[in-house]
Amino acid sequence: MEFVLASRPLLAVSVSLLAAILIVVCGRWPNLREGWTLLAAVTKFGLVFSLLGDVLGGRTPGVTLFEVSPGIALALRVDALGISFALSASLLWILTSVYSIGYMRSLGEDHQTRYFASFAICLSSTIGIAFAANLLTFLIFYEMLTIATYPLVVHKGTAEALAAGRKYLVYLLTGGGALLLAVAWVRHIAPTLDFQPGGILPNTTGATELALLLILFVIAVGVKAGLMPLHSWLPAAMVAPTPVSALLHAVAVVKAGVFGFARVTGFVFGADMLQRSGVINPVAALAAATILLASLLAMAQDNLKRRLAYSTIGHLSYIILGIVLVTPDAWRGGLFHIITHAAMKITLFFCAGAIYAKTHRENISELDGIGKQMPVTLGAFGVASLGLAGVPPMGGFLSKWFLAGGTLAAEQPALLAVLIISGLLNAGYLFPIVYRAFFRRSDQFTKFAEASPLMLVPLCLTALLSVGLGIFPDAFFHWFSLASETAMSVLQDTVK
Amino acid sequence: MTHIPVLIPAPLLLAAFLVPLAGMLHKGLAAAVALAGSAAAAAFAVLGLGKVIAEGPLHYELGNWPPPVGIEYILDPLSAFMAVVVTVTGFLSLVYFRPSARHEIPDRFVTGHAVALLLLAGLSGMVVTGDLFNLFVFLEIASLSAYALVAIGDKQAPVAAFRYLILGSLGGSFYVLGVGFLYFATGSLNMADVAERLAPIYHSRAVIAAAVLIAVAMALKMALFPLHLWLPDAYTYAPSAVAGLIAPIMTKVAAYVLIRVFLGVFQPSFAIDHIPLLPAISWLAAAGIIFGSVMAIAQQDLRRMLAYSSVSQIAYVGLGLGMANPLGLVGALLHVANHAFMKACLFFVAGSLRYRTGSVRISDLAGMGRKMPWTFAAFTVAALSMIGIPPAAGFFSKWYLLLGALEVGNGWFVAAILLSSLLNAAYFFRGLEDLYAKPGGKEDESRVAEAPVGMLMPTLLLAVGILVLGLLNSLIVTEMLMPVASGMYQR
Repeated sequence: MEFVLASRPLLAVSVSLLAAILIVVCGRWPNLREGWTLLAAVTKFGLVFSLLGDVLGGRTPGVTLFEVSPGIALALRVDALGISFALSASLLWILTSVYSIGYMRSLGEDHQTRYFASFAICLSSTIGIAFAANLLTFLIFYEMLTIATYPLVVHKGTAEALAAGRKYLVYLLTGGGALLLAVAWVRHIAPTLDFQPGGILPNTTGATELALLLILFVIAVGVKAGLMPLHSWLPAAMVAPTPVSALLHAVAVVKAGVFGFARVTGFVFGADMLQRSGVINPVAALAAATILLASLLAMAQDNLKRRLAYSTIGHLSYIILGIVLVTPDAWRGGLFHIITHAAMKITLFFCAGAIYAKTHRENISELDGIGKQMPVTLGAFGVASLGLAGVPPMGGFLSKWFLAGGTLAAEQPALLAVLIISGLLNAGYLFPIVYRAFFRRSDQFTKFAEASPLMLVPLCLTALLSVGLGIFPDAFFHWFSLASETAMSVLQDTVK
Repeated sequence: MTHIPVLIPAPLLLAAFLVPLAGMLHKGLAAAVALAGSAAAAAFAVLGLGKVIAEGPLHYELGNWPPPVGIEYILDPLSAFMAVVVTVTGFLSLVYFRPSARHEIPDRFVTGHAVALLLLAGLSGMVVTGDLFNLFVFLEIASLSAYALVAIGDKQAPVAAFRYLILGSLGGSFYVLGVGFLYFATGSLNMADVAERLAPIYHSRAVIAAAVLIAVAMALKMALFPLHLWLPDAYTYAPSAVAGLIAPIMTKVAAYVLIRVFLGVFQPSFAIDHIPLLPAISWLAAAGIIFGSVMAIAQQDLRRMLAYSSVSQIAYVGLGLGMANPLGLVGALLHVANHAFMKACLFFVAGSLRYRTGSVRISDLAGMGRKMPWTFAAFTVAALSMIGIPPAAGFFSKWYLLLGALEVGNGWFVAAILLSSLLNAAYFFRGLEDLYAKPGGKEDESRVAEAPVGMLMPTLLLAVGILVLGLLNSLIVTEMLMPVASGMYQR
């Protein structure tokens, strides 16, 4: 394959790092400061989008910077898997930035400079993770993301926020330690750390070693991906401002976990080694258990954001399940679910934030009749809920359809049952919210009063996106083709 | 013949004698002389390192007496690397020394500078000398200066200094005793010469006794657990300027001596097979890594927390040495440089905090992140590096140590390294949380200004240096450390 040298991948990563500096420098002038955020978001998306053509044309643009350890360079490489994640994160960052401005200003939050700067660093790290060409580069950005998210989790500075921050660090740094050990271990046994479709581990690696290594990686990325029992930081982190929950705890950070899982299984292990490790069935079982338990726990939450957090935990495990099934359809469905879930879940969080900003209500039991006051917001909420439950023609249906096909191809009907039950449970914990909002009457919400357009427009757009993904899965961004291409490149041997 | 090896300690020694004279004229002049001497030493060290990489080791015969009779100064890749770490960090510490000493120890401003220079002269002399007894002389110069400098600190400082003196002198005596045994056994004091004469008599009891004595002596001097007892008090009660000078480099030079002696004078196999000194060091170090971190978590005083953190961090160096493989040694040596920068930066911040607020309690950090933004930005960088977050330098020490531990296949070492990062996170994030997430305490209304420029600049330079060291570590490793490490183990 032609290796196109271009600095665009590097610019795509660093533009928001530069913006973070400008944001801090211009902290005294809020409009200018937010200008940098928006400019960086649009530029970043433009750069990522410009790379899409190359990837679809069969090229993998990349840039090798300098060695960070003898023989291992800090290197970026844009392939189908990476660009699809980068596209979703950078596209949604534009909307989240607009939303953030509306949200933070309408609530008069403190520390806005730190907030926007941290956000920008998070996005640089996310794109770095997406484009990392080798394990060490991946590790560097993965840890940067962990640290850059911390200030956003503790943003409010309350005792609750600090406790959530500590919990977050304990979980995430433990995962980081597992990742460091795993990467050093691969370095110890493999000739290279560069990701290659089909894996890099030598054929001589023993089954026990493979199993231990895979377990380490599962811990490392499972923490970010909320795989049970490593999930409990995520509901606690809902104390963060809602835009953080929306972009980072539904799209960037947690998806970096599942993305990392796809990267490691497909490009470090490869299908053969995964099978030989003998631990993919336990991981699949863990993912299935996470899907069901998280959905059940979601039902028990009255706090809207916490309910959504548990829902996220469940949906992340859809993706993990798809990956460990190691069939082309399951990979396709799993990878596509990264995108569809992003669009749907960010919509739900945007709605939750709009409700909070307007009414200061966080609990579902206090939302009776709110549909009268905020019909557009709750309408969007309803659309996204349908998608999460997997109702056609939403995007969520499509990813689930392929996941279901994957379970059958892998001859795991029990897992198909898990997916079906989970769809019902999703409906069970999301539809009642819509029902309460529109069909219960309350005298508190009588007048039409939506949140600021800065919040309303983004959430309508993401709702539209989650419908669009189901009807035109390949429009504009070719997400579905990218997922297919990744699945084929990783699993080409098993397909034959 | 090049003079560079001797030109590293010489300007420091010269300046140490000129500073009191200059101080009689004007205090500012004394500080300027000290800085000039230290800058010269650093410049020669950097120059020497460049020459060594380009042309190979530099030898200098003191007084034109050829070795083994005369004293030889050697700049090889290892000593050149150490000399740069010691003199560059020392220079930054002296820049910081001036404003901090003027505030905290105004009466000892001039003598403080003079003794600080003596300390640096002793340390850089230990690094460049190729003679075992000359090393003892420099060791004593450095140690006596350190006792004196610690003693001019707080009210409890004399007691801390006395304890340091007792244990330090014990270390010094052990070392000289060990060197004496080696002299009886070989009839020589020149390191290269002794190395040659030792090989056939490894089984001799005198040689084994000498090795044990030197190992214990240097373990004491480098505060390797459980011989670290002098360190926490000494670092806590020393004046801020002194802590910023001693903490980053003093114990590292003792670790360097261990590397010199047990991987250079002795063949590596001696300290593994004949008597298991290196394995003992590695296990003590693994224990010390955990012990130091746990103790650091329990502290309320920022300086004391940093001191216990040093106990843990110097053990990283011990672990890398004790693993007895090239990757471990690379990790150890890289950590010498990384930790010198990190710990200097952190102690500078502690000193600046004391300068502005008079307090060094961790609980008083609340809200300081907004009042001294630059100082604590540097603190944040250093703290993240200590935890091992890439791309800061501290991450890469851990990376090479971990690779070394995997190579020897020791799960306990792996566990110690990984657990220590989590413990580091526990005590540093406690501070970071106070700094940024909590609103200021009772004195929130009070105005606390940013640290003065003379203290802020070196602090920020070190913070930038931590990132640069991290990003450029591969250059250092391939150009200097890997050749050193594989050279030492291939003999």
